[in-house]
Amino acid sequence: MSDRYTAAEMMTVTASRALSNGSTCFVGIGLPSEAANLARLTHAPEVVLIYESGTLQTKPDVLPLSIGDGELCETALTTVSVPEMFRYWLQGGHVDVGFLGTAQIDRYCNLNTTLIGDYREPKVRLPGGGGAPEIATNAREVFITVKHSTRTFVEAVDFVTTVGFGRDGTARDGVPNIGRGPTRVITDLCVMKPDAETKDLVVISLHPGVTREQVREATGWEIRFAEVLESTPEPDDNELTILRELKARTDRHHAGGQAADQTDRGSKA
Amino acid sequence: MAEFLSLHDAVARYVEDGATLAMEGFTHLIPFAAGHEVIRQRKRDLTLIRMTPDLLYDQMIGAGCAKRLIFSWGGNPGVGSLHRLRDAVEKGYPYPVEIFEHSHAAMACAFEAGAAGLPLAVLRGYVGSDLPKVNSQIKFIECPFSGERLAAVPSIRPDVGIVHAQRADRRGNVLVEGIVGVQKEVVLAAGRSIVTVEEVVDDLAAGPNACVIPAWAIDAISVTKHGAYPSYAHGYYPRDNAFYKAWDAIARDRDAFDVWLQDNVFTQGDDT
Repeated sequence: MSDRYTAAEMMTVTASRALSNGSTCFVGIGLPSEAANLARLTHAPEVVLIYESGTLQTKPDVLPLSIGDGELCETALTTVSVPEMFRYWLQGGHVDVGFLGTAQIDRYCNLNTTLIGDYREPKVRLPGGGGAPEIATNAREVFITVKHSTRTFVEAVDFVTTVGFGRDGTARDGVPNIGRGPTRVITDLCVMKPDAETKDLVVISLHPGVTREQVREATGWEIRFAEVLESTPEPDDNELTILRELKARTDRHHAGGQAADQTDRGSKA
Repeated sequence: MAEFLSLHDAVARYVEDGATLAMEGFTHLIPFAAGHEVIRQRKRDLTLIRMTPDLLYDQMIGAGCAKRLIFSWGGNPGVGSLHRLRDAVEKGYPYPVEIFEHSHAAMACAFEAGAAGLPLAVLRGYVGSDLPKVNSQIKFIECPFSGERLAAVPSIRPDVGIVHAQRADRRGNVLVEGIVGVQKEVVLAAGRSIVTVEEVVDDLAAGPNACVIPAWAIDAISVTKHGAYPSYAHGYYPRDNAFYKAWDAIARDRDAFDVWLQDNVFTQGDDT
């Protein structure tokens, strides 16, 4: 790994490069939102970002803390109701890419954001599906970005909140009006794509300085590597500068985002 | 026809123990003040419905108001878990809460179907998800025209719907601006509706396509300044992100939560 950038920056920049200029992207909060906005501020100024709060074609100056931050509405072309968002714009077929994060992912890109353990007696209760179950099936394709670890990359997810290709890789077969599903997974170690036939994830590109062994150790199953394994291109200085400025702006905004007339209100409503 | 009532009187009149209650606002315009009034009046056995329970339902569940929750994303946005909700679901404290868990698309459709007076909503959803295995409200039907398999969920028609909005005019017509979520759908889907507003004005100054809810579609309006705090009201005040972060520590600890509830809910309100 370079001393010029961190593994997290490598992940965000690589994820941002996956988005092409002019595409329409339904953005999940967190890492996907960071990557999607970096894309908009660098190589893809015409990328259309949509958040599930109904904000269409939004251009936030700082990254939102929540999916419905005022910043998203104020910088959007227009804001529609949430039913319109999901019914007309997503289900209606206007989204090229759904960009998602996750708590768990398995070899068939099934995502779990519901819970760890048994549904009725969870060990850890997670927030749940939100928009993801339908984003993953109604967008033309899905990108996933998440930090690589055995906690996240598991042999079998505890719960399929959001389908990738199902428990056996065939969940999309014969289903009409369904998107292609996950087409790439970007982590802080590598880039993976589902095998065209079997749909299980294959590492196609290692980030500079990352070894196969590191990826194996961070993955909860016997991960496959492409015959021709590429080296992911490094971030350039412009991308790093813009990403760091974006994050610094965001931190300042959320630290001081409270109006002066409310500071004396404390926790009172 | 909308009647202007104090928040205390509106909640006392329309929210009964055991009611199904939807309090909406998608991150924006969350009716916190109304929820606190429900807590103060010690309403019990409510079926709470909200796409994103947020801190509001964390507080109401922690205060013991709920026996059932219908939701689609139960986190503290940008922060982490809702610890009072988790305590109720994982440990039954202070009471067990039965959950019916959906996706956002399904709940949005269910509110819309409720507003439309239909018994169910149909969507192209839940393909390959385990949610239908754990939520008996999710079924699949065959389209009678194309044969396509589609998801169906019951429409949401709560006994009471409560939303917050920026302003009402003196006749009780309400304007909602910014992220409008499912505000209008909740009011129209509910048997009774309460709208809290930041202020009352002579003229709504609404454009022809603005999100306006007519007075005759609303039961009660309560003027409640800062009624959505610590969420935000577009054009009035921003979201208090610092409080959302601070909530994590308060809600993790049962005693800290009880102290917070005492200081910020039970000793506040119209009649204190």
